[in-house]
Amino acid sequence: MAVGAGGIQDKPWTDPKAQPFVRIQGVTKYFDDVAAVNGVDLNICRGEFFALLGASGCGKTTLLRMLAGFETPSAGKIFIDGVDMADIPPYRRPVNMMFQSYALFPHMTVGQNVAFGLQQEDVAKPEIAERVAEMLELVQIGELARRKPDQLSGGQRQRVALARALIKRPKLVLLDEPLGALDRKLREHTQFELVNIQEKLGMTFVIVTHDQEEAMTMASRVCVMNAGMVEQVGTPSEVYEYPNSRFVADFIGTANLFDGVVTSSTASETRVHSADLDGEIVVGGGGTAAVGATVSVMVRPEKIQVVPDGSPAPSFNTACGQVREIAYLGDMSVYHVELPSGKRIQLSRTNLLHTADTQISWDHTVRFEWHPANGILLVI
Amino acid sequence: MNGRLPWFAISVLVLGYLFLYSPIVSLIFYSFNESRLVTVWAGFSTKWYGALMHNDALLSGAWLSLQIAFLTASVAVVLGTLAAFALIRFGNFRGRTLFAGMVTAPLVMPEVITGLSLLLLFVAMEGVLGWPERGMMTIVIAHATFATAYVTVVVQSRLGQIDMSLEEAAMDLGARPFKVVRVITLPLIWPAMLAGWLLAFTLSFDDLVIATFTSGPGAKTLPMEVFSSVRMGVSPQINALATIFIVVVTSMVVIANQVAFRRRA
Repeated sequence: MAVGAGGIQDKPWTDPKAQPFVRIQGVTKYFDDVAAVNGVDLNICRGEFFALLGASGCGKTTLLRMLAGFETPSAGKIFIDGVDMADIPPYRRPVNMMFQSYALFPHMTVGQNVAFGLQQEDVAKPEIAERVAEMLELVQIGELARRKPDQLSGGQRQRVALARALIKRPKLVLLDEPLGALDRKLREHTQFELVNIQEKLGMTFVIVTHDQEEAMTMASRVCVMNAGMVEQVGTPSEVYEYPNSRFVADFIGTANLFDGVVTSSTASETRVHSADLDGEIVVGGGGTAAVGATVSVMVRPEKIQVVPDGSPAPSFNTACGQVREIAYLGDMSVYHVELPSGKRIQLSRTNLLHTADTQISWDHTVRFEWHPANGILLVI
Repeated sequence: MNGRLPWFAISVLVLGYLFLYSPIVSLIFYSFNESRLVTVWAGFSTKWYGALMHNDALLSGAWLSLQIAFLTASVAVVLGTLAAFALIRFGNFRGRTLFAGMVTAPLVMPEVITGLSLLLLFVAMEGVLGWPERGMMTIVIAHATFATAYVTVVVQSRLGQIDMSLEEAAMDLGARPFKVVRVITLPLIWPAMLAGWLLAFTLSFDDLVIATFTSGPGAKTLPMEVFSSVRMGVSPQINALATIFIVVVTSMVVIANQVAFRRRA
């Protein structure tokens, strides 16, 4: 394995010889006749911060609950650290979970909540006290040990739940929307803290979230799920820059999608004709689409440039349109441009200067272009 | 709204309290009456309390009623809690609606029908099996049938409020299912179980109709004793007995409230 500070830099999933720590093979879960999880195959490596990302009802929580042992797969197998989990009940799995509702025991103090896991396995009393104090320090709530959960703020409760899930030093920690109940500022702060704790303890984290920003910030790899199936697994930049389907392109960030037909395909570039644009679309890199195939070309808003007035018009990847909406976000502005065909695209520009607001305004006609390397070919 | 209660609200409040409590106040008042006529005041005396201490029929009735109420409440709490678990924690099992309906049916069943049907059952069973002999045991069985329904409703509503993920979290942290019930579920529902127990105790203690139907020779509960003695003329001893019970029950309720309040704070 390569030298690195933590698992994230090593990219262990690229090593073909590495044994995956969690192996999910063909797992399907039916509730009545509906498949909540449908034929999922996943390998998660030791030390990873792995995010299951998807809209509500996509099966991500069901998959997490199957890892914890609260649901039994209708078909398929789950291995954790090489052991088949089929007959192992939740209380004997090397797994601890942090619940979305936190599920703190209301009749116990913070200290008793955190100590609960250790009390179940005959750890000596002085050691329990020591480890609880240590863990509460790690999540920075050492002074709250004697409080009851209903005397805590949302952020403090979240820390207690995290401490309780980590105290047994499990091999695998499952987090179900761990930051969902926090306000935005606290959430951003806690994201980094969570990653630091995970790297410090060297555990494997699997997190469920519907918030793509959260997944991108924290995860070493993201698994995008839709309707019970895995759409794409990759690093945050892979799924953002190189989505493999229209669904992923649209779900992660904002995507401009141009539908068209492939007119030529060589080893270095693919050309697509789309009714929405003036000229052809050129996509760099070796194409996999056959001539005549119907495809979508995806371009991210920040990768589209406005061509300054007076410059010569480019011959491809370009069009003219009228600015219809401007969303000023402070650090950047998003422009909705309506093309002659009626299609609307989004492009964004960083507001580098205070005075940048004078350049583009409503109903201005702008010409834009993008580099062939920034288009992604999606086969429909 | 500006700190003064309008006269209408005050008078409704006073009339409401009078309606609810004046009978009880007058009952307590006349328990200290010198006269043996319940409604004629003849000076202060505690002699009826003394006489009560020597009234063996009333005292043995009270003792029997306490035993029956205690047993009834204990049986009903066990059965009612189990029924509540079945209704809340076992999903939508086959026959759940029927089960829920049958568990709670005694709440609306006329007492006369419950009493009569149980009497017929006990008589038939005694004829065929030689068991049960009618007496205290049959009253406990009869009371437990309807008290269980009340306990089920009380415990069920509390159990339904408990987040299932609490139990999952305990199991996830290594507690076996039986231990989860013992250290998580029961501590969270015991106030409801206690409330159910007290409710069942009270219902059993003051029941007259069902006890009359299902009792046998020699087993006379306190309400039965009071009812039959009242038919021969009300004695101020009954007032004295009622006063004692009011004092005991009131202090029990106050103490229970104190305990519950201190736990929450």
